Amino acid sequence: MTGIIHSLWTTAADPALPLDRIPTPKIEYAQLSPVLIVFGAAVLGVLVEALLPRRGRYVAQLGVSVVGLAAAFAAIVALAADGYASTKSHIAAMGAVAVDGPALFLQGTIVLVALVAAFTFAERRLDPLVHGRRVDSFAAQGAAVPGSEQEQRAVRAGFTTTEVFPLLLFAVAGMMIFPAANDLLTLFVSLEVFSLPLYLLCALARRHRLLSQESAVKYFLLGAFSSAILLFGIALLYGYAGTISYGGIADVVSGTARMTPALANTTANDALLLIGGSMVVVGLLFKVAAVPFHMWTPDVYQGAPTPVTGFMAAATKVAAFGALLRLLYVVLPGLRWDWRPVMWGVAIATMVIGAVVAVTQTDVKRLLAYSSIAHAGFILAGVIAVSPDGVSSVLFYLAAYSFVTLGAFAVVTLVRDAGGEATHLSRWAGLGRRSPLVAAVFAVFLLAFAGIPLTSGFAGKFAVFKAAAQAGAVPLVIVGVISSAVAAFFYIRVIVLMFFSEPQPGGPSVAVPSPLTVTAITAGAVMTLVLGVAPQYFLDLAGKASVFVR
Amino acid sequence: MAFPLLTVTAAVPAVGAIATAAVPAGRRTAAKWLALGFSLATLVFAGLDAARFTPGGARYQLTESHAWIADFGVRYQLGVDGIAVVLVLLAAVLVPFVMLAGWHDADVLDGHAPSRNWRPTQGFFALILLVEAMVVISFEATDVFLFYIFFEAMLVPMYFLIGGFGDRAGPKGEGEQAKQRSYAAVKFLLYNLAGGLIMLAAVIGLYAVTAHQLGGHGTFSLPQILQARASGQLRLSSTAERWIFLGFFFAFAVKAPLWPLHTWLPNAMGEATAPVAVLLTAVVDKVGTFAMLRYCLQLFPEASKWAAPVILVLSVIGIIYGALLAVGQRDIKRLIAYASISHFGFIILGIFAMTSQGQGGAALYMVNHGVSTAAWLLVAGFLITRRGSRLIADFGGVQKVAPLLAGTFLVGGLATLSLPGLAPFVSEFLVLVGTFSRYPAAGVIATLAIVLAALYVLVLYQRTMTGPVKAGNEGIRDLRARELVVVAPLIALLIFLGVYPKPVTDMINPAVKDTLSDVHRTDPAPQTNASLTAAAKESAK
Repeated sequence: MTGIIHSLWTTAADPALPLDRIPTPKIEYAQLSPVLIVFGAAVLGVLVEALLPRRGRYVAQLGVSVVGLAAAFAAIVALAADGYASTKSHIAAMGAVAVDGPALFLQGTIVLVALVAAFTFAERRLDPLVHGRRVDSFAAQGAAVPGSEQEQRAVRAGFTTTEVFPLLLFAVAGMMIFPAANDLLTLFVSLEVFSLPLYLLCALARRHRLLSQESAVKYFLLGAFSSAILLFGIALLYGYAGTISYGGIADVVSGTARMTPALANTTANDALLLIGGSMVVVGLLFKVAAVPFHMWTPDVYQGAPTPVTGFMAAATKVAAFGALLRLLYVVLPGLRWDWRPVMWGVAIATMVIGAVVAVTQTDVKRLLAYSSIAHAGFILAGVIAVSPDGVSSVLFYLAAYSFVTLGAFAVVTLVRDAGGEATHLSRWAGLGRRSPLVAAVFAVFLLAFAGIPLTSGFAGKFAVFKAAAQAGAVPLVIVGVISSAVAAFFYIRVIVLMFFSEPQPGGPSVAVPSPLTVTAITAGAVMTLVLGVAPQYFLDLAGKASVFVR
Repeated sequence: MAFPLLTVTAAVPAVGAIATAAVPAGRRTAAKWLALGFSLATLVFAGLDAARFTPGGARYQLTESHAWIADFGVRYQLGVDGIAVVLVLLAAVLVPFVMLAGWHDADVLDGHAPSRNWRPTQGFFALILLVEAMVVISFEATDVFLFYIFFEAMLVPMYFLIGGFGDRAGPKGEGEQAKQRSYAAVKFLLYNLAGGLIMLAAVIGLYAVTAHQLGGHGTFSLPQILQARASGQLRLSSTAERWIFLGFFFAFAVKAPLWPLHTWLPNAMGEATAPVAVLLTAVVDKVGTFAMLRYCLQLFPEASKWAAPVILVLSVIGIIYGALLAVGQRDIKRLIAYASISHFGFIILGIFAMTSQGQGGAALYMVNHGVSTAAWLLVAGFLITRRGSRLIADFGGVQKVAPLLAGTFLVGGLATLSLPGLAPFVSEFLVLVGTFSRYPAAGVIATLAIVLAALYVLVLYQRTMTGPVKAGNEGIRDLRARELVVVAPLIALLIFLGVYPKPVTDMINPAVKDTLSDVHRTDPAPQTNASLTAAAKESAK
């Protein structure tokens, strides 16, 4: 039994072993340093929250987050430069975590996204002063009931929820492990590690608190269901293969594992494998918001504080697609002929429904939510290719897409009226006349979403469709191209609204942001254009990082 | 390394666009002169391109090639053949006139300045330069992907030009007018974007096919693909070739536009200001017909021959349909738009007749249509701005109050109906002769459009210019100096090319010959009396 079950989790938990025979787990701290740094920073953030007086927390928290994330990025670059992305790629922590090209590439993307997102979290110039103090987008006190006396007291006292920074860091750390997880339990634990902080963050909006809390509850309930489904799938897969390590299951699926009587017994029937595998995939498709598991997206994107939405839309997608790629390419390549037709259906439905439903949206955050669904469909087209090109194109697309998303949501935070952010589309009419620069930047992001050449969106779309076409998925490419045309329609509609409609009297104004948000938007815009005009370096990087370790 | 003349020709207007956009608000006259200066500099470089080009020399000249996106098999690769060099020159010639004609078009918007960043004049001229840069580079590209990128990207500035700076002289109130304008701009964008995205699928298909056959690495380089096919290294199956051809052709047919994909053009031309409409139809749309000639025919010769009969039928329908609808228009600019649809039909007819006269005529037609439409439509624009209306019924007897305007309007119109002695006559004649020698029926039906053209041009002139001066027309002033500077050179050019088209045809013809040999087509033998009797004897046996 121990021969097959060989992993950090199971070894430690096995009661059959006498205590003295439990080997000390071997942990490669250096190789895990990016994740450990972020966890360390998160813990430090909790200590700051507990020990520092209120006045000092904001600066300290922002400092800890920025330094921690920057250090983690440096560690990732160092590991990649050391060859861990290619020749020295390796499975660390007793088979629990992979340190390879895709993992490092995605971790790097997530950390950069989080770094930019931290700036938008810290923005304090957009809301009007409350009792003479600058406030951010988060509730004064999360525990205070909306509209209660307690809430008013918290606001008057100038409380701020600086806890969002450690929550962000915990989520980031979980997201970093998620695509690197190399056994099913690590996968599940990291899923929970990044989901729980996100549920909390969603509930913390300063304005429209009930809407925000409703979105968090929805997200939590549906997320809990998907976690349960994922966990059930894991159990079934374990029942089938007798192991939870990715490599081990892959060996059993492909029939190269050493046969034992127990294994012969379970593998005689594929039902466990098929049901278990599909349940795990469903859990991941929920996180990437693929149709038909997309229902939570519009509500949550709309209700959550906009900086959180931006972070979630960008980083969750990166992490979840990373995990999905690893699962399909490392664990279930032997089942390719079983999952490909299903994934075809999912990809087509996601592209078409995402694009078509987006046309009817009237709220800019919901619009971006449906657009993120459509984009999930485009990315799935690359996932289905099952080739190194497919992996590298998905990696590139994720990097390109996440920065466009961050930038777009950062712009959304700027357009405000008396009730906070003005997200209803009709309020955006004539924005191009009042604030040409902001409208122009948002137009760049929309054009990138629409996949107009010379933006990163086009390069990404071309990469995934190219990979799909070369893998013979030509119908998928055609559906993708047609739904891109539909999608273009609603992006263009927003541009029309901004530039060619008369401004409404009493319409929203564009708040002048602090350098924090300016940095975030600039980073998004620069990445959008650089990845559009000169994508070769990044394509190379993604190409070199496209081999999974087993 | 040789001086990168082609890159510079495209880069000058691009740099000009950035420089113009950067001019501070309140300095709008400076911005205008700066933009004009850059467009003239572009003209100088385009002239140098033409001067350095040796007709009958290598197929692609002044070539440049640099690595760009290796992962996609894309190179930054430029080169011009005779047709491209002439069209680059056409664009460079027309843009300064467009700017001069639209000198005050954006001034209206400058009035209500809601923000210190609001600089419509700067934006207008910068967008024109940006369109010019993208058009020039798409004429120069010899890499399919590079071409595609700018073919698509030019939609964005063009869209803002139509929607943001549209005609304010429409028959309806300003609110309704703004709606129509943004409708037209969106329709333009969606049609062309849909065409472009279908083409994207075909571009990906082309990559997949070349990657499959050329050992893993696909290529978009036109010379390389042509060479690989000539050497038999690359063989497209006829199914693949036809599908990919259709993807490309669809995009070009929307852009050109070919009936029945033309419906965006009357809207866009009607709602845009006259200079922008000229930019659209005389410069931007030429990329569509040019691309048919360069990409459809050269990359997919078999599929082109396969599809030619259907395309010919569509273009003949377009010729007659456009002319008929032009006759029935009440709006001057929409009339000119339908006339253009008819003329684009001629160009496409000439291309797919696949005779040297037909294609040479079509290539020449692109130039002549550009110049004649510019002349006619710009004068029409002056007229419309003066009266504040574009309805034909609002005009009458203008020649009495503004004789110069009426006279130049007539010359532009006569050029459009292909009066001998003016440039379009030569090309229309060549297209018809070239078509007739292979497809007599198509030639005969298309000829009918000449009669219809006479009808819509002359009736328009009669209604607006002759007769008693209509109420509201007394105040129409004659052409000013600036407007004369726009019109006079264009008319001179029309007469010059009508009498002596040789400099242009000398450039074009070798390129046409190369294209025809790609398609493996030769001209049908001329039918002399002797050959006819021989054929008769043959059939009698």
